[in-house]
Amino acid sequence: MSSAAAPTQQRSGVPAPRHGLARRGSAFFSRHPRLRLGFLIAAPLLWLGIVYVVALAALLVTAFWSVDSFTGEITQSWTLDNIITVLTGSLYQVVTLRTVGVALLVTVIDVLIALQIAFFMAKVAGPRMQRILVIAVLMPLWASYLVKAYAWRSVLSQDGILQWLLTPFGGSTPGYGLTATIITLSYLWLPYVILPIYAGLERVPDSLLEASGDLGGRTWMTLRLVTLPLIWPAIIAGSIFSFSLSLGDYLTVNIVGGANQMLGNLVFTNVGAANNLPLAAAIALIPIAIIFGYLALVRRTGALDNL
Amino acid sequence: MRLSRLSRTVLGIVTVLILLAIYLPLGVVFINSFSTSQSLSWPPPGFTLEWWGKAFQSAGAIDAVLTSVQLAIIATIVSLVLGTLISFALQRFAFFGRDTVSLLVILPIALPGIITGIALNNFFRTILGVPLSIWTVVIAHATFCIVTVFNNVIARLRRLGTNFEEASADLGAGIWTTFRLITFPQLRSALFAGGLLAFALSFDEIIVTTFTAGSGVTTLPIFILNNLFRPNQAPIVSVIAVVLVLVSIVPIYIAQRIAGAERDDR
Repeated sequence: MSSAAAPTQQRSGVPAPRHGLARRGSAFFSRHPRLRLGFLIAAPLLWLGIVYVVALAALLVTAFWSVDSFTGEITQSWTLDNIITVLTGSLYQVVTLRTVGVALLVTVIDVLIALQIAFFMAKVAGPRMQRILVIAVLMPLWASYLVKAYAWRSVLSQDGILQWLLTPFGGSTPGYGLTATIITLSYLWLPYVILPIYAGLERVPDSLLEASGDLGGRTWMTLRLVTLPLIWPAIIAGSIFSFSLSLGDYLTVNIVGGANQMLGNLVFTNVGAANNLPLAAAIALIPIAIIFGYLALVRRTGALDNL
Repeated sequence: MRLSRLSRTVLGIVTVLILLAIYLPLGVVFINSFSTSQSLSWPPPGFTLEWWGKAFQSAGAIDAVLTSVQLAIIATIVSLVLGTLISFALQRFAFFGRDTVSLLVILPIALPGIITGIALNNFFRTILGVPLSIWTVVIAHATFCIVTVFNNVIARLRRLGTNFEEASADLGAGIWTTFRLITFPQLRSALFAGGLLAFALSFDEIIVTTFTAGSGVTTLPIFILNNLFRPNQAPIVSVIAVVLVLVSIVPIYIAQRIAGAERDDR
């Protein structure tokens, strides 16, 4: 180990440690594990607590306030109007269903693609090939999210490369709309799904798969009964990324989605143009509730340790 | 299970097809950066180096890159410190509310960016009453970057166990010496990987940034968003994207080498 560079000149006997401040602090912390824990956790907990929990709680509270239509100022009196509007308005129901549908489809597509390429990376490719493939999968992450969305806008446009490629075969580009949104979102989040699944597959020992084969398990049976249960947490971990990132997206749908709106767009217009933060906060409760439900559902799989 | 030659070949072909699909849009961006068409139409009507020349002289683009690099470095350092501290706390101690704390760490990345964005915007402006600046962006970015460091470090700590640290303590080393000479060297590559992801996350973030950046703060994604739909600027954005992808090979390669070297050591 490289840390073996400890002092060697004191062969004849280790001198007594100096009783400086560091030594006393070290001894003190060794005897008080609870204080050690306090020292470790104080800063991150204060940061997350103050910055994030307070901010989030304040936003949730805002959902129960209203905006004075004359002054545009927020009136701090309790009302359920926004919540009722969001729960009963047909616009919000339709957009919620559309957004959840898109997020689910994107997740399914990404998991299906990721399983195949990750399996090849982890179990078929040699070590050198494996390293190259990891780089190949990671590299697109560094091209800006916006540039990639815009690249799909150009690929899918009427005079884009897809139309040009498909015309000889009698096909045509799907154009801008929900299909384009699903394609683009699947593309954007794919690396985030591949990486955890690849890491999960790499942890599956080859000996287990061989044992299954020796015991007469066919390839398909081994995959279903041995591999899949072992990498299930990794699949769930990947799905959290694609699902939650799709759920809140509003830029991709602006760039390739035509006139379609997702929940993010509704939140965005209410914060910006409509200047109605309470209504925006009420709409934001929908994805928050969905994500919390999803996290609660998958918590037992141990997926949260695989993120 | 032994994969037949046929299924290996099929998997190989599928992998190649997936990679082609991954690189098709990036290839289009690359070719468009040399195209004389400003509307990115295909096939490109002609070849030009005009955009590459302009991109390297665009003060706005260079400023935006520098702003984003500074921002990402500070956010990464903050998240490295906080993420390491909380990984130790959660991995080495059992205490009441541990699950809640670990949920709290992943929440900023699990909740959609627009929610984090408007929550922090509301928090800074109406609750704290501080004007938005680059520092509000740093705070926001560090908050959701903690999780990448946390995931890498806690996975490493779980695997390391405490044997070496106990041996070090038995031999008379204090807490600080043990951390400096035993724990830290073993964590280094996990910190590098986590820090790299944190940097990438911050560097490319647009949604939270939109809501927390002061009016004078132009990060690279904000610059790109402002220029994407301007006919004269869109090809310059393509050039920037190509350069970023090419530059990114270096840190990814280093991370791979470090991970590979450690695997060989074991």
